[in-house]
Amino acid sequence: MLSRREFLQVGAAAGALLGSGGFSAPAFARQSVAQEDLLAFNPVGNVTLLHLTDLHAQLVPVYFREPAINLGVGEVAGLPPHITGEQFLSRFGLGPGGYDAYTMASVDFVSLAKTYGRVGGLDRIATLAKAIRAERPTQTLLLDGGDTWQGSYTALASKGADMVTAMNALGVDAMTAHWEFTYGTDRVEELIETMDFPFLAANVRDTDWEEPVFEAYQMFERNGVQIAVIGQAFPYTPIANPRYKIPTWSFGIRDKELQETVDEARTEGADLVVLLSHNGFDVDRKLARRVSGIDVILTGHTHDAIPEAIAVGETLLIASGSHGKFLSRLDLDVQGGKIRDYAYRLIPVLSDVIAPDPEMAAVIDGIRAPHQATLSRVLGRTDSLLYRRGNFNGTFDDLICDALLAERDSQIALSPGFRWGATLLPGQEITVDDVYNMTAITYPNAYRVEMTGETIKTVLEDVADNLFNPDPYYQQGGDMVRVGGLGYRIDVQEQIGSRISDMTLLGDGTPIDADKTYIVSGWASVNEGTEGPPIYDVVSQYIQKQGVVSLEPNDNVRIAGL
Amino acid sequence: MTKVTKREFLIVATGAAAAALVGTPNVALSAERVQARIDEFLGGQTAQEGGLTLEMPEIAENGNTVPLSVSVDGEASENRYVESLLVLADGNPEPGVATFHFTPMSGEQRAATRMRLAKTQNVVALAKMNDGAVMKAETLVKVTIGGCGG
Repeated sequence: MLSRREFLQVGAAAGALLGSGGFSAPAFARQSVAQEDLLAFNPVGNVTLLHLTDLHAQLVPVYFREPAINLGVGEVAGLPPHITGEQFLSRFGLGPGGYDAYTMASVDFVSLAKTYGRVGGLDRIATLAKAIRAERPTQTLLLDGGDTWQGSYTALASKGADMVTAMNALGVDAMTAHWEFTYGTDRVEELIETMDFPFLAANVRDTDWEEPVFEAYQMFERNGVQIAVIGQAFPYTPIANPRYKIPTWSFGIRDKELQETVDEARTEGADLVVLLSHNGFDVDRKLARRVSGIDVILTGHTHDAIPEAIAVGETLLIASGSHGKFLSRLDLDVQGGKIRDYAYRLIPVLSDVIAPDPEMAAVIDGIRAPHQATLSRVLGRTDSLLYRRGNFNGTFDDLICDALLAERDSQIALSPGFRWGATLLPGQEITVDDVYNMTAITYPNAYRVEMTGETIKTVLEDVADNLFNPDPYYQQGGDMVRVGGLGYRIDVQEQIGSRISDMTLLGDGTPIDADKTYIVSGWASVNEGTEGPPIYDVVSQYIQKQGVVSLEPNDNVRIAGL
Repeated sequence: MTKVTKREFLIVATGAAAAALVGTPNVALSAERVQARIDEFLGGQTAQEGGLTLEMPEIAENGNTVPLSVSVDGEASENRYVESLLVLADGNPEPGVATFHFTPMSGEQRAATRMRLAKTQNVVALAKMNDGAVMKAETLVKVTIGGCGG
């Protein structure tokens, strides 16, 4: 059996051989990689944790390009996940051109996407999960880190119900949440009633009495090992998303209360304590130093894919990517309440290589078939790579901003720095499905307002601090707000109020005047009563009018302090 | 179409979180007033770190009603108890938030309330013991426009 490193080298060599051969993508992926290769693993110990997170309701395979820019400031500068591209490949010893390089870095993305094809698909994930469970029948726990119910047309149309159906079918053992809450208090409670597994969130309290709203943790017995899984919902849900949808629920990191929960679980007999977290990687890295007794943190929210477990003291941090692109397998040898040994693999879900699980494929078909005419309706075509992920504007965001500027007749457009949204390759048709994958939210109204230059700067400064505050506990885990019609310079090392400068109205090249008013459009306002057409309609109309779109990366945002 | 001023936009964007931007205080003046209050409370003592815990969220969900909890280690007794516990917010128009008084009969020396925060600022707690010793704890609470996360 190949060791992990040998295996990667083989993969890399195979990848390097390919270059730009004229194979059709699926055929080539199938020739160079086999399902068994993706499942290859030297089992260790008595417990297997499977981790899936930030699926964003992607039931079927997509392309997803990892960020080319993912800056860290302060003590996390230069540490994973704040390394990208060639640096990332070098840090983790991944040769260029292999499928690990394709799935984990942005280098040569378009060419490798043609070689290896789409990623994810819950029917492929089901195949992997079933195979691993067959191999480790008494040892395995499958955990979902949340951001599962939101991010697609069918999830929005069914208010999350499609994803509960699918995750029940997958046989998830527990989940925590973030975007789930954007369906509102009542809907979340309704959907939890239909779940076959617990919804865990230790850090959600009612706003009146600070009493727990959800179960904090659940004990599982696997192979004689008592495993406490503690859920940690996204701590800043009522700030990053509309508070009015969950007015009676309060969140926060709450590491003091978390320590109490960990201690309680240990007292109850936990041999292994797992935090199923939606904090974001940097928050969890800090939390691991402040809360003792957590063996494993399954991180989420920030969509990082890291091919090794990162140790912080005695805690292992796992980062399993997003959009169904990876399934993490962590084998643990737990003895006497400690991890004695472990083995980890971030398994890329190459959809052309993995046979779809027929039962899950039927579930997915049952969800999508009634909407197929809408989902597959072609709005236009792209000549360029369309992506979102990265700290600053992605090309799909530029497209959204162009749509806002044109359709909402505005000088400046603001588009949220979400980290979700699938990628489209040059030459691909753009369907309704694709537009919803970028915009499907429950507060979609595209507003049009007047703002002063001072207000616009305040917005940019505020969001920049949510991303670049040197203390991770003050970050919210999104990327920078995207802008259309506006250029600016940002110094990521500065303090709030001093990061943004040289704001320019691109329409006429004039500097933004603090006292002047500008017509600004945008979407995803967190305030109740925002008016305007839904963003998915705005973007769809614009693409239909354009027919073919082409958006190359631009330098309207200049970055300093790297 | 309506014209939205900065203040209104912030209110719109955050709900009430930024509402207290009304009457933005003179920051320098505010800082001076906070220091004056601290000096007065210290009465020439030097405040010690530790022993006093101030718990607040890192980022406020709603600036109009931010939960706050303060506690001093150990139960109150005739020998050792908190005479007074002062909470100040250095970025509010009026920095004084609350003063709590305890007695040897208080038992657990803990108080919790909610406060309004006009903007991102430091909250300072000072506890004066019956022997005159003073403990200090401080935390930064961010009040943000919100949105765009995730």
